[in-house]
Amino acid sequence: MQALTKRSKQVDRRPMTAMEKMYLPSIIKGMGITFSHLFKKKPTINYPEQQRPFSAVFRGVQILNRDEEGRERCTACGLCAVACPAEAITMEAAERQPGEENLYREEKYAAKYEINMLRCIFCGFCEEACPKDAIYLTQTFTPANYGREGFIYKKEDLLIPNPVTQPEEYAKAKGTIGKDIK
Amino acid sequence: MYLLQFDWFIVLEKFILIAAIVTIALVVAMYSTYAERKIAAFLQDRRGPNRAGPFGLLQPMADGLKLFMKEEIIPLASSKFLFILGPMLAMITATMTSAVIPWGTTIEIAGRQVPLQIADINIGILYVFGVVSLGVYGIMIGGWASNNKFSLIAAIRGASQMISYELAMGLALIAVLMISGSLRLSVIVQEQIQHGWNIIYQPLGFLIFFICALAECNRTPFDLPEAENELNFGYHQEYSSMKLGFYLFAEYINMFISSVIMATLFFGGYDIPFVNEGAWGNAWWVGVVGFGVLMLKAVLFIFLFMWIRWTIPRFRYDQLMNLGWKKLLPLALANMLLTAVVVLLLNR
Repeated sequence: MQALTKRSKQVDRRPMTAMEKMYLPSIIKGMGITFSHLFKKKPTINYPEQQRPFSAVFRGVQILNRDEEGRERCTACGLCAVACPAEAITMEAAERQPGEENLYREEKYAAKYEINMLRCIFCGFCEEACPKDAIYLTQTFTPANYGREGFIYKKEDLLIPNPVTQPEEYAKAKGTIGKDIK
Repeated sequence: MYLLQFDWFIVLEKFILIAAIVTIALVVAMYSTYAERKIAAFLQDRRGPNRAGPFGLLQPMADGLKLFMKEEIIPLASSKFLFILGPMLAMITATMTSAVIPWGTTIEIAGRQVPLQIADINIGILYVFGVVSLGVYGIMIGGWASNNKFSLIAAIRGASQMISYELAMGLALIAVLMISGSLRLSVIVQEQIQHGWNIIYQPLGFLIFFICALAECNRTPFDLPEAENELNFGYHQEYSSMKLGFYLFAEYINMFISSVIMATLFFGGYDIPFVNEGAWGNAWWVGVVGFGVLMLKAVLFIFLFMWIRWTIPRFRYDQLMNLGWKKLLPLALANMLLTAVVVLLLNR
């Protein structure tokens, strides 16, 4: 009969020889195989101490950007929320009051900005949609949480540290933004 | 007035010995669980427990603590008395066997001859055999008292397996008896020190004994009583907390004790090969060295047990019975007859 594929193998259906019936030689062979694995290199990575590097285009948790003077870039235009296929983003806009020029870059800002991390699919459309360079995806992923409420990230959770008052934290957070480095 | 002349120090001496040996057995069993996990991991290219303490060495303590903290559940439908008796029996019978094992030579402490053996009784092997057979009661009672179908099936399997493999084991032992001419374990060890280890004269007997020991300890490939995937952990399915811990612990103690017994019966006990340690006198350190050698042999056997566990898959029930009754039993009988004829001809 013609074989359908080249991978088919003839099965040996001869009765077992006395040596094979004893089983012990095969068992010893098998134990040799397992013993050789004692000395093999282990592919495991000791997670918290060692971490596998992410690729440069890895899309992780969002971050809300500030400008050089530490002002929030977001103007609550809602384009990210529109672009979001998972409808994870909600926001409320507010008008900048006189005296708040050092806090917000433009006249309008996001008083409330929430991303539901259980809905988010990390597609990066929000980052692409943003006209103000205000939202970026970082190289960190969402940490575990005990309740669903903990996964709804507020503006405080998302905002990048202020470059003027907290330059070190800002530089660290900035480093996690993959595509921003270019 | 014979009682007044009774040597009270012997009570103290034996008491210390019992405490030491039980402690050692428990510690070895504790670290066997750690070794089992490590060896399993290494054979599967994993790392094993490495979080609790350096190299995960405190893992057994963490496991023990966890088991103590767990909620104790006694099923309403169970027979409460037997349910508690089961793990107790398993644990007691597991430790009882250690009583007749010679752990080292007779040493001299403060002018007293102290044999490193709790009871040098003249029916040593029979005692071991009897207590090992009792071990199945822990499994049977536990499985029966749980009032659970899986546990009951596991208990029945365990009982039938024990009975089947005890026969071949006993016959393999008889061949050893013929060579050494005594049931006394200390005599068997002395005989081996003088004439060479029993493994040289009884390779087949050892193989049969070893396979039966695997079955008696419920170790893979004969772990049918606790077959995880078909019987849901079998006889200890309904157990929780430290009662479960006792069952798991008893298995490791059994493994340790049977390793020691195999080392004693076939590998010269505390004898160091190619060294005439009898010429060293009987200072205390000779006993310690002998004990260390015995422990080394036992540890190697424990490693072998674990190595087999993570290599060979479980037997099917009919295969188990087939191997026990149709292969091992005739082999053991033939081995016994052959040994008898040779011993008779050589008139040893």
